[in-house]
Parts: sequence; structure tokens; C-alpha cells
Amino acid sequence: MVRRLLIVVGVCAWLVAAPLSSGYAYDYPFANRYIATVLGTPEEFAAKLPDSVPVQQDALVMFPQRQVPDVLWNLAELRYSYVLQEHEAPLMFLIAGTGASYRSAKMRLMQKVFYQQGYSVVSLTSPTHPNFIVAASCSGVPGVLGDDARDLYRVMDKIRNRLAQKAHFSRYYITGYSLGAAQAAFVAKLDEQEHKFDFSRVLMINPPVNLYNSVQILDAMLDDNIPGGLDNFNQFYTEVTDAFTKVYKNGDNVEFNDKFLYTAYKYYRAADVNIDRVKAVIGLDFRMSSGNMAFVSDVLTHAGYVVPVNAELGRNAHVTEYAKVLFRLTFLDYFNDILVPYFQQQKPEITVADLIANTSLKHIDSYLRNSDKLGMIGNEDDFILRPGEIDYLKQVFGERATIFPHGGHCGNMGYPDNVAAMVNFFKAADKE
Amino acid sequence: MSTMIKNISRLLVHVMLLGTVLMVVGCASQPDSKNLQPPKHPAQQVLKDDVTYAIDVYDPLEGLNRNVYMFNYYFDEYFFLPIVHAYEFITPDYVEERISYFVDNVLEFGNFTNNLLQLKFKRSGIVLERFVINSTVGVAGFWDRASEFGIHKQPEDFGQTLGFYGVGDGPYLVLPVLGPSNLRNASGFIADSVLFNAVGPARWVDDEASSLIFTGVSAVDKRHRIPFRYYRSGSPFEYELVRQLYTKKQEMEIAK
Repeated sequence: MVRRLLIVVGVCAWLVAAPLSSGYAYDYPFANRYIATVLGTPEEFAAKLPDSVPVQQDALVMFPQRQVPDVLWNLAELRYSYVLQEHEAPLMFLIAGTGASYRSAKMRLMQKVFYQQGYSVVSLTSPTHPNFIVAASCSGVPGVLGDDARDLYRVMDKIRNRLAQKAHFSRYYITGYSLGAAQAAFVAKLDEQEHKFDFSRVLMINPPVNLYNSVQILDAMLDDNIPGGLDNFNQFYTEVTDAFTKVYKNGDNVEFNDKFLYTAYKYYRAADVNIDRVKAVIGLDFRMSSGNMAFVSDVLTHAGYVVPVNAELGRNAHVTEYAKVLFRLTFLDYFNDILVPYFQQQKPEITVADLIANTSLKHIDSYLRNSDKLGMIGNEDDFILRPGEIDYLKQVFGERATIFPHGGHCGNMGYPDNVAAMVNFFKAADKE
Repeated sequence: MSTMIKNISRLLVHVMLLGTVLMVVGCASQPDSKNLQPPKHPAQQVLKDDVTYAIDVYDPLEGLNRNVYMFNYYFDEYFFLPIVHAYEFITPDYVEERISYFVDNVLEFGNFTNNLLQLKFKRSGIVLERFVINSTVGVAGFWDRASEFGIHKQPEDFGQTLGFYGVGDGPYLVLPVLGPSNLRNASGFIADSVLFNAVGPARWVDDEASSLIFTGVSAVDKRHRIPFRYYRSGSPFEYELVRQLYTKKQEMEIAK
């Protein structure tokens, strides 16, 4: 009896101590960073979270005077969600990654994590998402982190004022993943001057160091991994969907849902998965997001990028040709042909090098180094980082960085160790 | 017999009404290509004639379809979803689940006939087995005991049966209220409804009030179970995306 108790105590002590020691085993299941990114954390490996939380959805208009072009009519109100504690509690703001909305899978995951932790939570769509660009972007041209942060800050303030009638907030936290992580840091920096929130803690999850570098990596992932180039995309698409059809047809009770990709992965077994295809799928997702963003920005600012400057697109205009053209253009094309001309028109003295610098965390380097309220979680094998960039993050954040050995780009966010890292970062501040 | 004729004539009226709505909604606006300043990346330069684009689906009625798509959004927003939300508000989740299973069980009729029509005898047998188990052990279909025993659904409809026999998709259609479809599946839907009313469960019950209630409940239950919301993807190309995914999904269903 005593021996058994000792073993139990020993195991518990080991479980507690393990993550602190340097050589602990991290068992997130996908060793390949691209597979990790696409599959994320399937339910059987994920941290246990509530099935549902009492989420409310709402929408707001930031610029009532703005004439929204007809073809973007359904994006005029910024949608967001929130979930409130019944008692006074910290309010957590979540910022989505590139092209993602407030209700993307990762946002719903974080919402549950922090609600369960006892916080009220507001979920915000990425400033690169069409809805945010139309409804809340001052310029209509996302990508410059300082400007995006100002747009976010305005939205956060308005939402907080609305919610203040329904709930009491003891303090404010902010976090985001991917591009949303970089934006969270810029929002925090802005708040150091404005003091509307005085955030107690700011967490960056899988941030890019330099947006300009990361988008080039992601742009190339589609272009370089379709055999024969983008002209052959249809063949690639057919092959991939045929492979899925085989799973659907022959698998046991297979349904199309969020588990389908993992089911397909198990069906083909890891050894047979073609990594180039997986990379192309990541590139495809990014291309679609950046194409949506560029189209909306083009129409909103009359940039003459793919849509003729003087074209009047009605609500139900035939826009398929634009989608096809955008599929051939990269984020970098958007940067060169919409973003740079726009900001140079606003400020003629601004250079391309200035704008590239404004898409980088290095722009706020000393703030990141010296402010104890900031922390980051990342992965050693995150492919949106260039060689050396993960070392830069380690150096900047030191003790405040938690770096996991693998997980790709945000693939392991639902894994118990990762969820614990997120929760513990804020827990320390709860008691302050 | 008179009920059957009544049901079919009611269906015809519905189809004609639907046609009228389509006529009224009119055509989509096409951008006027004259006098437009060419953009930096014009389609004529970037796109090639000899390349097949995955996003292209045969859609000669696109103008009409886009308008019906928008009609569906308003119908959802101001009529259908408020009913669904009221249903969700007053009905406990537990009861909602029972109703879903009940509806599915009644609709096994269509799965049975269409598996049979595709000569998938084993699957027809499974459907029959499911129906018998769920109607008895599952207490009139309110529980899906068959799935718990590992006897899974074998969904088929008349659109898939037509596809099985090589009938092509036909033009893509967005149906009022029902949403994305194509000519084959829309015809299949009508055939399934006729069968359901003429020789299926509606005929067995032979009570107009019950049939009507079932039609209403199953419509609300179905919408309740479909998380899709019009224009919520955030993509300015949602119409194209939905069209492409729908078409691909149908190919997969027929292959199964």
C-alpha cells in the first residue's frame, strides 16, 4: 500500500517536474512540420476542453460614413464573438492569424481554453480578413503592423465599452497566433502610450519575425509544389480529391467533417504521404487568404490591381475571372502593387525599406526585450521562420520564451503541453 | 389514391411557384467591359485558353443562381433561421437529437429505394436492418441503436441513382430555400419526393396533417443540423467556392 502510494507520488512529482527539465519527452504526435500544420492536434491527442461554451455573437460598424462598394455588401459589419464570466474576471482578447476569422478552429480552441481558465474572452477576426478590411481597416490596406494594431485597438476599445454594461473586468490580457501574435505585440506597444487597457500580460503564439520574409516562404509553397507549375493546378486538385474519394468510398463509416483529413492520413499511413502535396495544400490555403485580401483591398481603394479602377461591380457581379487572376498572384505582388503605392501616396518620403521594416518585430525590438509582460510560445521547426529567426526570438524573449521541439506552424496548439504553457503564462499574472 | 394525386399536384404547384420566383429575380449584372481602364494584372494577359481552371463549373444560369443565392440569404436571415433558433431555444438538446433520429429513420425509405435502384443489394439490406432495429429497439426511430451496434447509414438519393447510371450533372443550380444543386439532383429531389408521397411513408400514414407536420419538422430539423450560413465564409468568392465544393462532393457521393 505504502509502496504503491510512493509510486503514485513519484509519478506525480515526475509529471510536474518533467516539463521543467531540459530533456523531457514532448510527445506531440506528428514529427513532420508540414503534416503537423495541416492536421493540427486531433481529438485523441488534444487537451480536454468543454464541448461548448456560452458564446454570443455580435457585429459593429466602425466607419458609419464609409460607402461600401456593392460587391462587398455582405462584409460591411465587423462580426466578432465573446463569452463572459458571470463574476468579475480578466478579459482576454484573441487575435486570429492571417486570413482567419474570429470563429476559426484555433480561435474556438483558445476561446475554450481561456474561458475554462475563468476569463471572459473576446475573439477578433484578423485584420487581413475581408470582413475586417471592409468594416474596420482605416486604410483598407492591411500588412503594416503599426497601422493594423491601431485598427485593432479601436475595435477592442469599442467592444470593451459595449461589454462593460454586461460584465466587470478585473484586468486585460491579449494573445494571438501567427500574424495575430505579431499584431498583439504591436497593440500592446500602442497601449503603452494610450493606456486604455494597460495589459497585464501579452502572449505571442507562433509569431513571424518578419511578415515580409514569412509571406515569401508561404507564397513559394504553392508555386514550387504543383508539378509543372500552376497551369497544372487542376490536375493536382483532381489527384488530391481522387485520393480523398478513395478514403470516403473504402473507409469505414467516413464522414466529411473536421476529422476527415486525419482519417485520410491514417488511411494512407504516414509513409505514403507525399510531403510536397502537403506543402502545396498549406500554400493553397495561404494563396486563397491572400487573394481574398488583395481583392477586397483593390476594390476598396481603387488600386487597379486586378479590377479596373473605374469598374462598378454590383452585388452579384461575375467575379470568377478575378479569382483566377488572383490565384496567380502572390502576397508579395500585393505588397508591391497595392501596399507600397498606397503608403507612398500617403507619405511620399516613405521608402520600400521603411515599409518592410514596419512588417517586422524588429521594429519594436527594444520593447519586446525589456517588457516583462510579454511572452512567446513557438516551435523549433516553424517553417514560416527563416534560418536564424527562431534564435532571434529565443534571444529576445529569453526566459519568457517557451519553444517546443516540433509542431510546425501552429499545429500543436491544441496539445496538452501547449495548452498548459498558454494557461500558465497568464496564471502567474492572475495573482499579481 | 386521391391523397397521392393531391400530393403530386401540391408538389407541382410548389415547382411552378419556384419557377416564378426564379423568373422574377432576373439576371446578374455583368461588368461592362467597354471604356474600362485595364488593371495592372488583366485577365486577358494572365489567363490562358488552354488551361483548365478548377474553379470553373458548368453554370450557364449563373446570373440567376447568384440572385437565388442572395434570396436564400434573406430567406434564411429573416424567416428560416428565426424559426430554427426558436426551435433550438424551446427544445432541449436531448429532444432535438431524438427528433433528428426520428426524421432520419422515416427518410430511410429513400435510402432503401435508391440503394435498391443502384442494385446495391447488400447496402439495401443494411438500410432495412437499420430501419427495423431503430423502429423497434430504437423506439419508433427516436434512438439510432443501429449505429451503436455498428450498422452505419448508407445514404443514397435519386440524384445519386441517376449519377450512378451515367446521367451527367447538368447545369449547376441554386435552388430557392434548398440551396446548391444541379439539374440532375434537382430532378432527383422531385423524384424522391414523389416516391415518398406516392408509395412511401406519407402513403402508409395516409394522413395529410401528419405528412404536413413531418414536412415542416424535417425541414426545420435539417436546417438546424446544417451549420452553413450564407456569406459567412468572408470570401468575396464564396459563390464560386460553394459551387466548386458542391460539385466535387457530388462526384464523391456518386463514386461511393
